[in-house]
Amino acid sequence: MSRTKIHVATTVNGDAVEFLCEPPQTLLDVLRDELHLTGSKEGCASGDCGACSVTLDGRLVCACLVLAVETTGHSVETIEGMADGDNLHPLQQKFLEHAALQCGVCTPGFLVAAKALLDVEADPSETQVRYWLAGNLCRCTGYDKIVRAVLDAAAEMRAN
Amino acid sequence: MQYESPTSIEGVVALLADNAGDIRVLAGGTDLLVQLRAGMVSPDLVVDIKNVRETRSIVPEDGGYRVGAAVSGAELGEHADLKNAWPGVVEAAELIGSTQIQGRASMGGNLCNASPAADTVPALIAAGAVCRVAGPGGERDVPVEEICTGPGKTSLAKGEFVVSIFLPERGERSGDAYLRFIPRTEMDIAVVGAGVNLSLDAAGVCTAASVALGAVAPTAILVPEASAALVGTKVEDANMDAMAAAASAACRPVDDKRGTIEYRTKVAGVMARRACAIALDRARSS
Repeated sequence: MSRTKIHVATTVNGDAVEFLCEPPQTLLDVLRDELHLTGSKEGCASGDCGACSVTLDGRLVCACLVLAVETTGHSVETIEGMADGDNLHPLQQKFLEHAALQCGVCTPGFLVAAKALLDVEADPSETQVRYWLAGNLCRCTGYDKIVRAVLDAAAEMRAN
Repeated sequence: MQYESPTSIEGVVALLADNAGDIRVLAGGTDLLVQLRAGMVSPDLVVDIKNVRETRSIVPEDGGYRVGAAVSGAELGEHADLKNAWPGVVEAAELIGSTQIQGRASMGGNLCNASPAADTVPALIAAGAVCRVAGPGGERDVPVEEICTGPGKTSLAKGEFVVSIFLPERGERSGDAYLRFIPRTEMDIAVVGAGVNLSLDAAGVCTAASVALGAVAPTAILVPEASAALVGTKVEDANMDAMAAAASAACRPVDDKRGTIEYRTKVAGVMARRACAIALDRARSS
């Protein structure tokens, strides 16, 4: 296997970022191990659990299913870009209020995925939320509180 | 592993043709990256085709649409005109995986991964879709049903790749549909998939039909006997029963944890019949 590292210039959470990576490294590997953005989690590494959800040019994807080199010239948004300084995003606030988490490993993925939904649909139905989030697995708290938190955040964002 | 991302069709072909070893084409990566991670493949070279414009666009052509091989499921679903013309093809693509997978997964990848259970393939075959294949000898057009030759195997020669998939003009009074059976509501691999595309004349008589099945043979299959059971009829219950029986008769499935031979054979007829009813409804209301 070639050990040659590739120089990649991309944008992460609005900031120009450069890194060196090997071709097989995924975006998730580079976010966590090279850029030390450890909010995106590795659950399954096969695109099934959604714990590594990020957006690539605004499109929701699993960071474990994108090669880091593929992000050259593109724009990545992670959970670390969600809050505005010390001000939590309404989704983050509502997850706290609704206790929509227990261990928290799935939470960054749920938040990124839910934000991507609210970016395209300000007033989703419960069914829409459940289908949209079907690729995010939670193994402790169940989904009802998560769905309620997303619907409540959407309502608050529409009101403001 | 070396990674290359050329910006032209010729650039892709040159890399595929001029390098030895295990070379993989990367479109959305939702199959390839899983295989890489699992150690199922260890390519010497990965050629990413997403920076080739022709693989990433949906372009009207001759009354139909030319869809780039690497266009994502989400992009297909957002293309209102394409969805209106070929709802069965688009719904097959949208059945694949989660929202996250939809952001990347492509019809070209789904086809060339050559899984017998690939959802878009029966829908594309029923639609009469044709692949534009580029290679060292130039470009050639290949019907979708001639691409896969067995599980994980394609008829593509050294240096060739699928650039785009052409969906023909949607005629009057015609419709298509795709259904699959899975034991849950979301995110699973088809036990059986069925795509049906049909056209009616002004009197409601079926003038053309195409029935294709997935996950019941080593590749997705076109079932001419099932199509023939519909053509010349008004697609009444008895005609759909005959079509379903022909679909079941064409099955050569495996026995595995997803379904037995007997079960898959039975369900293939049921899925074909239900897909036919939806396609018929679409044809009558188009």
